[in-house]
Amino acid sequence: MPATIVQTNPVPFNRVPIDPVTLDIIENALRNARIEMDATLVRTAMSPGIREQGDAFPLIADHTGKMIVGQFGSFIGGFLDNFDGTLEDGDMIFLSDPYSVDGAISHSNDWLVLLPVFKEGRLIAYTSMFGHQSDIGGKVVGSMPINARSIFEEGVRIPPVKIWKKGEYNDDLMKLVMHQTRKPDWCQADLNALIAACRVASRRVIEMAERFGDDVYVSATQDLLARNHRAMQALIGMAIAEEPVSFEDYICDDGMGYGPYKIKCTMWREDGKVVLDFAGTDPQSQASINFFLNENMFKMFFGIYMIMVFDPQILFNDGFYDLIDVRIPEGSLLKPKFPAALSGRTHALGRIFDILGGLLGQKTPEFLNAAGFSSSPHLFYSGNDARPGKKGEWFQLFQIGFGGIPGRPMGDGPDGHSLWPGFTNVPNEFLERYFPMRIERYECAADSGGAGLHRGGNGIHMTYRFLSAGTISIHDDRWFVPPWGVNGGEPGQRARKVLERADGTSVIVGNKVEDVEVEAGDQLHFITWGGGGWGDPLARDPALVGLEITQGLVTAEGARDYGVVASAAGVVDAAATEALRAELRAGRGELPLFNYGPGIEALRSACESETGLAAPIQPVWPHLEAAE
Amino acid sequence: MGYRLGVDVGGTFTDLLLFDTSSGAFWRHKTPSTPHDSSEGILNGVTAICAKAGITTGDIDYFLHGTTVATNAVLEGKGSRVGLVTTEGYRHILQIARSFVPGGLAGWIIWPKPQPLAALEDTVTVKGRIDAEGNEVRPLDDADIRTQLGLLKAQGVEAVTVSLINAYVSGAHEVRVGELAAEILPGVPVSLSHQVLPEMQEYERTLTTVANAAVRPVVGRYVSNLRDRLAAEGMTGKLSLLRSDGGLMSAQKAEEHPVNILMSGPAGGVTGAIWVGRNAGIRNILTLDVGGTSTDVALIENLEPRRQRTTEVGHLSVRASALDVKTVGAGGGSIAYVPELTKALRVGPQSAGAVPGPAAYGKGGELPTVTDANVVLGYLPENLLGGTFRLDREASTKAVQTIADALGIDLMAAARGIIDIVNENMFGALRMISVQQGYDPRHFALMGFGGAGPLHVNAIARLLGAWPAVSPVSPGVLCALGDATTRMRTETARSFSRLATQTEASELIAILAEMAAQTRGELLSDGVPEDEITTEFEVDVRYAGQAFEVPLTISADVLEADGIAGILARFDAEHKRLFTFNMDTPHEIVNLRAVALGRALDLPAAELPKGDGNPAAAKMRDHTLWMDGREQAAVIYDRALLRAGDVIPGPAIVCEMDSTTLIESGCVGTVDAVGNILINLA
Repeated sequence: MPATIVQTNPVPFNRVPIDPVTLDIIENALRNARIEMDATLVRTAMSPGIREQGDAFPLIADHTGKMIVGQFGSFIGGFLDNFDGTLEDGDMIFLSDPYSVDGAISHSNDWLVLLPVFKEGRLIAYTSMFGHQSDIGGKVVGSMPINARSIFEEGVRIPPVKIWKKGEYNDDLMKLVMHQTRKPDWCQADLNALIAACRVASRRVIEMAERFGDDVYVSATQDLLARNHRAMQALIGMAIAEEPVSFEDYICDDGMGYGPYKIKCTMWREDGKVVLDFAGTDPQSQASINFFLNENMFKMFFGIYMIMVFDPQILFNDGFYDLIDVRIPEGSLLKPKFPAALSGRTHALGRIFDILGGLLGQKTPEFLNAAGFSSSPHLFYSGNDARPGKKGEWFQLFQIGFGGIPGRPMGDGPDGHSLWPGFTNVPNEFLERYFPMRIERYECAADSGGAGLHRGGNGIHMTYRFLSAGTISIHDDRWFVPPWGVNGGEPGQRARKVLERADGTSVIVGNKVEDVEVEAGDQLHFITWGGGGWGDPLARDPALVGLEITQGLVTAEGARDYGVVASAAGVVDAAATEALRAELRAGRGELPLFNYGPGIEALRSACESETGLAAPIQPVWPHLEAAE
Repeated sequence: MGYRLGVDVGGTFTDLLLFDTSSGAFWRHKTPSTPHDSSEGILNGVTAICAKAGITTGDIDYFLHGTTVATNAVLEGKGSRVGLVTTEGYRHILQIARSFVPGGLAGWIIWPKPQPLAALEDTVTVKGRIDAEGNEVRPLDDADIRTQLGLLKAQGVEAVTVSLINAYVSGAHEVRVGELAAEILPGVPVSLSHQVLPEMQEYERTLTTVANAAVRPVVGRYVSNLRDRLAAEGMTGKLSLLRSDGGLMSAQKAEEHPVNILMSGPAGGVTGAIWVGRNAGIRNILTLDVGGTSTDVALIENLEPRRQRTTEVGHLSVRASALDVKTVGAGGGSIAYVPELTKALRVGPQSAGAVPGPAAYGKGGELPTVTDANVVLGYLPENLLGGTFRLDREASTKAVQTIADALGIDLMAAARGIIDIVNENMFGALRMISVQQGYDPRHFALMGFGGAGPLHVNAIARLLGAWPAVSPVSPGVLCALGDATTRMRTETARSFSRLATQTEASELIAILAEMAAQTRGELLSDGVPEDEITTEFEVDVRYAGQAFEVPLTISADVLEADGIAGILARFDAEHKRLFTFNMDTPHEIVNLRAVALGRALDLPAAELPKGDGNPAAAKMRDHTLWMDGREQAAVIYDRALLRAGDVIPGPAIVCEMDSTTLIESGCVGTVDAVGNILINLA
């Protein structure tokens, strides 16, 4: 049963004509309101995930629930269809259960608040924001057990409930929720921050409606939606062919020894619409790497990638949604059936962007980027702080790492930067002050970026020395299937994790592991993947390769991938370089558009020797048919 | 008392303002800037303005200067070659930076990769480690340091910066590396991060120290050249530079710590606005400094500007106090366009700059700009007062017509649309520094200055509800006025990072006293008499775990009387004002700062002769302009002929040498006792 919206003023909004200037002014004002949401959140949130790394996403929607500003598309339509209750002035909805909003949030760690904005008895807008909570209880610290078999192991699940009901705060509810988490202080602060951000935006919307008139404001939101629709229609006609193109990529493993999992998408134009069909994607995992992909969210990603090039100032909104038909097979990795575990969805979420890039760029290689949007590597470290004066107090750290940005048409991929919008790293001096650890190394992993005319960005080699015994968990990917290169560029190097024990022994640890015990003095080398290369590496200026040797970004050995012969001091031997390049050119065929590396079977057979880890086992789905 | 000369060097013009401190009289002058050697333009100006005032260069007691020389050195990569010594394992500290990529989802596709301020090939690491408590974990190895410094020497670096992990707690290792650097690279200036910025966060501390080292020689050369040339002209007065935080520092100190003058330029306008506000009896001001390519906005509460702990220069965020000035890419030269795809009207951030400039300038620009829209609407009369050049209205019309055609609307609607959009962009920036910070703009006046500020100030005041809209005296040289009228200032900061429950007031007072002594010493050595120095303290507080600190100003006796609890109560109140809620979480005292200030100067403005309220004597001619959707009759006035008390009904235009004030219909401008035009709703 759909939600019942209670409006005390039954007069409908009147659609009025809007002149283009007023429309642009309202668009601007909405953009500013959204910036204010971000600023409010960052200043008041408390968990490092949100405050340092910006893991939160705002949205302002029109009175029907369509997103007018934001990045991740609106879930409100789906929510309203499924919410069996009323929405009234003074209500605020709170939720975290992905299954209750069609995957608009994709794991229970994301807490979402939704504020219906009423003005003089009429629902005029919605504001909403969700942010990643560092801990929501459940079987592991950080609440993202890679080995969960169902969502019930992943901490508190909050169906859509009213945190505020007609202006009254539901204290009991919040006591119940906060009782489930290991970090109620962080959760409370972050939730306050989300609420404050939504309230700021709702005030802005009301001010806009007061300034321009309710009918003008509402009509303008409809015109903005229509403008996106027109723009996307034109783009689709220009850029998407009727002939289908396909692209596929992999999640390396599920943390339980099985993998890789294939994600496949096929795109074509049909009757003026784009169809994006994920048929061929593997069935859902029994572990938590499933990514419940909301169709609207994917439409938004698609739209952003398309429009970025043509009018980057445009405000993305939901207006073009009916031009895109996203088909995701039920029971697949991207549309798992309840109660599949979801907490480890970040790998597939990242991979979706590489797939989008590969799909859209296939027909226009000059706009094609290499791969690198590959994961969002997580480290969890928790225990009791054994440092003097800390009295053994409980600590828990959740940190997001960064890898290499892919080689791009415009140049090299930056080293060790974030592909996620708004994310920053946590200063190491901050980590050392507040957590029992010392960061012994925080440098680029030389040669990890794929060779190319434009080099892929290097990953980061970060070495944690733990100063208290405790437990760590690691979630990373791209350790088995490398990030691909394009237009002749080489793939980037894969991620690695090495635990160097205080006694001097070393073990290679997996990239998705839970509950590994560490002792004081142990060191963890957390090495992330490099971005794929772009263009022919043999065309890169040898002097630049030589310079990058002196910069510690490439080694003399790695320089040979560019056909460059140089000393460890970066001195290039011009004649030897010329000779090596001639030899390499002669020995290779035509450069492929995509270079995926040796292929899954070859990767599998060389896995143990190359990575030190057992090859993942091909998953089988006894009870599920392949999603094809 | 005597003469204070404020000099502001901009990209196009060098503005000068000479202030007679005994009478409040001032003279102003504008002369073209000379980018190859700014001192040339400055000297031209000095000669001219002294002639106007009938004094000699020797009569100038204080030469007070806002300059972008440090800013440009950073932006254009013209700083010196800095070698960086950092801790083993951290060689790529400036390459990785904070991993942040601007531009939202997919923004990485079009983000240009910046080069580190100290090149990676000039970055070396040394063994040895200090932990977060300041204890030595591993000792330094002199032989290793010598080897590494030898590498930098071979690279030919012009300056050395030492920035080691956790040096904010203990600088012992940095000191030793610095000693060896002085020995191995004699004559090469060495800077240590714990001295330049004793604060947590290794990237920001390193960047700030490197930036300081990089611009030091440039600023040094600039200052000594200027000093020599002024001396040759007979100037004996004291040379001071404007800091990013709106205070003055001796030229000598600026040479040592140029990182403090990176935002010297925009700070001048804000300090100028404070002087204007003081004389006009307006204490809460939002500033609107509209230039050719961008607009700077700032908030002044009770005649104190808001400050922030970072200075943003290009893509770099340096840790040095600066006025909280927000910049938007919207100015007179901002180009309007209509993207084919969306048919939306966009204005900026691309700018026609000074060359080719707006179409109206007749210098080859053909694209429609904000200035062209102002010309088309009649807000900028074609014949500027004392104008050596005429605006080409036909060229403007032709340019704006392209927008009208693309949108399918008429010319005037398109022109007004461009103005409305650019006003909205500026309005957005003003909201960020007011509403977003918990201030109600209706409690503020809006002051427009810079070349085009007074053209837009009335319309934006209407959007904000910030009245009056103020067109200050000499809006075109307000920065120079600010240089001339502000006071000496210095500060020092330290990380503290301790829970309030574990802190004794006495301990805090002792540390602050030590910091105060340091800053007072600096001002004393700059020649400020002991009895003119005042000290202020700031304590940054947050809820433990938050990223954002709230700075609280306190004095030692208040701290003694109210203790730590007094600070925390103030924090809770401020947090509530900013973010609407408080928490039970423990408080953390994050940073401490001591500020030493020179005497606040009492520099009254000269009063205008009193008129009878009727501005007719200043009327130049009748005029028509387009406003509120129709053509309207208006009057153009000569600002120099206005009298105190004159009341100007809108629509009207007030012209002066370098600026034009627009009073909209439905509003009325009143000339105050010292010549500011205060615009209110009629």
